[in-house]
Amino acid sequence: MTTLSRREWLLSDQPQSRRQARLGQVYRTWLSFRSNWLAMVGLGIVLLLILVAVFANVIAPYDPVVGGDLRTERFLPPLSQGHLFGTDDLARDIFSRIVHGSRLTLMVVVLVAVIATPIGLLVGTTSGYFGGWVDTVLMRVTDIFLAFPRLILALAFVAALGPGIENAIIAIAITSWPPYARLARAETLTIRDSDYINAARLQGASSARILWGHVTPLCLSSVIIRVTLDMAGIILTAAGLGFLGLGAQPPQPEWGAMIASGRRFLIDQWWVATVPGVAIFVVSLGFNLLGDGLRDVLDPKARK
Amino acid sequence: MTALLTVEDLRVTFPTRQGPSEVVRGVTFTLGRERLGIVGESGSGKSQTGRAILGLTPPPGKATARVLDFDGIDLRAASPATWRSLRGARMSMVMQDPKFSLNPVMTIGKQLMEALKFGATQSRSEAKARAIAMLEAVQIRDPERVFRAYPHELSGGMGQRAMIAMMLVTEPDLLIADEPTSALDVTVQVEVLRILDRLVAERGMGLIFISHDLRLVSSFCDRVLVMYAGRVVEELKASELKQAQHPYTRGLMNCLPQIEGGQRPLPTLERDAAWAK
Amino acid sequence: MGQVMLSVEALGVTFRRGGDTVRAVRGVSFDVGRGESFGIVGESGSGKSTVLRAICGLAPTTAGAIRLGGQVLETPRPADFYRRVQMVFQDPYASLHPRHTVDKVLSEPLAIHGFPDREARIERALADVGLGPDFRFRYPHQLSGGQRQRVAVARALILEPEVLLLDEPTSALDASIQAEVLNLLDRLRAERGLTYLMVSHDLAVVAHMCERLVVMQHGAAVEELTRAALASHRAETDYTRMLLAASAGYTPATT
Ligand SMILES: Nc1ncnc2c1ncn2[C@@H]1O[C@H](COP(=O)(O)OP(=O)(O)OP(=O)(O)O)[C@@H](O)[C@H]1O
Ligand SMILES: Nc1ncnc2c1ncn2[C@@H]1O[C@H](COP(=O)(O)OP(=O)(O)OP(=O)(O)O)[C@@H](O)[C@H]1O
Ligand SMILES: [Mg+2]
Ligand SMILES: [Mg+2]
Repeated sequence: MTTLSRREWLLSDQPQSRRQARLGQVYRTWLSFRSNWLAMVGLGIVLLLILVAVFANVIAPYDPVVGGDLRTERFLPPLSQGHLFGTDDLARDIFSRIVHGSRLTLMVVVLVAVIATPIGLLVGTTSGYFGGWVDTVLMRVTDIFLAFPRLILALAFVAALGPGIENAIIAIAITSWPPYARLARAETLTIRDSDYINAARLQGASSARILWGHVTPLCLSSVIIRVTLDMAGIILTAAGLGFLGLGAQPPQPEWGAMIASGRRFLIDQWWVATVPGVAIFVVSLGFNLLGDGLRDVLDPKARK
Repeated sequence: MTALLTVEDLRVTFPTRQGPSEVVRGVTFTLGRERLGIVGESGSGKSQTGRAILGLTPPPGKATARVLDFDGIDLRAASPATWRSLRGARMSMVMQDPKFSLNPVMTIGKQLMEALKFGATQSRSEAKARAIAMLEAVQIRDPERVFRAYPHELSGGMGQRAMIAMMLVTEPDLLIADEPTSALDVTVQVEVLRILDRLVAERGMGLIFISHDLRLVSSFCDRVLVMYAGRVVEELKASELKQAQHPYTRGLMNCLPQIEGGQRPLPTLERDAAWAK
Repeated sequence: MGQVMLSVEALGVTFRRGGDTVRAVRGVSFDVGRGESFGIVGESGSGKSTVLRAICGLAPTTAGAIRLGGQVLETPRPADFYRRVQMVFQDPYASLHPRHTVDKVLSEPLAIHGFPDREARIERALADVGLGPDFRFRYPHQLSGGQRQRVAVARALILEPEVLLLDEPTSALDASIQAEVLNLLDRLRAERGLTYLMVSHDLAVVAHMCERLVVMQHGAAVEELTRAALASHRAETDYTRMLLAASAGYTPATT
């Protein structure tokens, strides 16, 4: 037999190993994802955010917290020499602050995803799988969380926990799992009586094993799609908390807090508040495009 | 007899990474107000033929035909609005996998009522009465309970009959039934076939009956198309199925076990590459 | 009949939901000998699948007793029950997890029960059902209906059970593949001395596979027959006679 090209190996209908089967599946998903250029733009933006955050020290020309000469370097407009996006009221380079701020944004996004997604999945699948009083109790709790607008609930939590970026993240995470729980429960309801779940029960699999190994993988794609689409909202909530002074504290270069401090000069020095606003907009858009693209490839029901 | 449906050179193609794959390759037949059977092994393109006639070829598949004419309407050029007025009301299809086609989180009653919305305007209670009467007609013992039940609470055969009821409430002119009785025991099967038979005889419905059960098709249908690898390899009067010429048809007949006992192990089909041409 | 392997005594199953009470099974009794193949036929919705599910503990037993090898089965079933009794489901399209490869489907039960030398067992199970190693890493959507049903049979056999419950294992398959699966089941029973309890609505299939059978109607067992009695159309009850007549094919209503 001649050696196959890597592409043929990946697309083989007769994979020879566990790895080949899994990689082939991933590659097929990637191929259909790649054909959607808007999704690729979204992916590009998100990758750019990650790169900028990782290499912030290298990319940023100035310190994000310590400003320059307050007499000569305050409120320099964009494109002035050495300051791509200009400087703010404390003579800090806005470009450097945006670059370092991307770390905070990424941290919010990652931590919320890491905290809220598993909680939502666990609550939703458990509630859907067991039904009965377990379902009633868990879903009433979920309803209570869902009854309040997220920002208001987050505000209440931050007010109780004290302001600060960590508390803001915790507050956002505990307020954003309920929709994922709802979604996971709905998916679980459609599969819990199916024969393949019965077959697993018949092999003596424990409930935990069935939930984790059989039910969760089927709920995962719709929840991932939903989380990605929600990321824009989460970034905005974090920025909103920052704007209200309850999230990141000065002098941290958080984008929402930057808008808040820049709004006093909006008329004369518009760039101070606008540049972080544009950054938030671009990143939110990136996540939305990525989420839409993921839905197209992962969720066969939405495809038509 | 006037032709209700004329199909000429129907082809269904799915793009695959190895290039386009044609799963229905030039199927031609006409259907009057009669019972036409389509038999053939799994994967021979029976379901795709049925779906293509109703314009339900799943994307990215493409269906083409030289002629596709339903009661004077050219289906190839039908607009979405035309399709909406045809599907459900004048032509419908009982899909193969009832458990897949029924919504697992909606009661049977709700789904039946939804199907009825396509029909004449009527009040809720009238619609419910009709839905229950239809469930009764397909030999469901306690239709009131089944009306309230979710799909997983039904036996395999009850789900299949619920599906048939759903397609028949609107009394279509053309019914494509894809393996409609595979999960039914023989006595209920006979009752369901009687209903179909009556619709053909009294209302002049055209029926395309897709099945892999040769015995059933030969006793129920008027004519039979035998499909293999996307082609019609043989067209016969149903009563003459026993005298079939094609080795594939004969092979299929031999595979069936007999109540009276017979060979053990059962003969299996030796496929010949030449059949696919 | 030698030693009794599985005995079902006055089994009753009642489902309740809201105001609805469904008495799906009402007092069904039968014994299956070790190494025997026993059939259940009957009306659609008469409780055939429910009997099998009750034996596995997937449906609530509300009356009667089920014995395996002479011992009454308690609920929930003890862990070793699942190594002795396995089931093949009616619909091959619904009984395989859509995101699991064949390999995963087969290794899961081995992992649950901590079997040694899994690799060898998986390869042998695939060979037993006539699927080559090429199929091992495919997903269900890459398999035809008959191939899926073989995977389901392999999954049931990999724990080396003594009893196999078969719920219409071939009703979704066409004649040629049905013949392959029936031959496979026949061969495995002869090789391993398995006990089968098989549900089907096709009398010919049951006559081919089973030595004895019970006919069910509306939740109750109406008649027990031997294969010879079935083959020579000697039936006691009207319902069985009706089944036999209907099996000959469709006859237009005479009235
Ligand atoms: N979405 C799809 N993409 C690619 N190929 C498909 C798709 N759907 C069906 N096919 C192929 O089309 C061929 C015909 O399928 P079809 O469902 O018509 O078979 P069938 O005769 O109804 O078989 P069965 O008796 O198993 O239902 C099969 O080989 C199948 O693999
Ligand atoms: N989970 C459930 N809840 C309520 N009723 C149920 C449930 N499962 C089964 N039933 C009912 O029990 C009865 C028997 O069902 P069962 O599936 O055993 O029939 P069957 O003999 O296997 O029929 P078929 O040949 O159509 O598969 C049916 O009336 C069905 O509606
Ligand atoms: Mg089909
Ligand atoms: Mg059943």
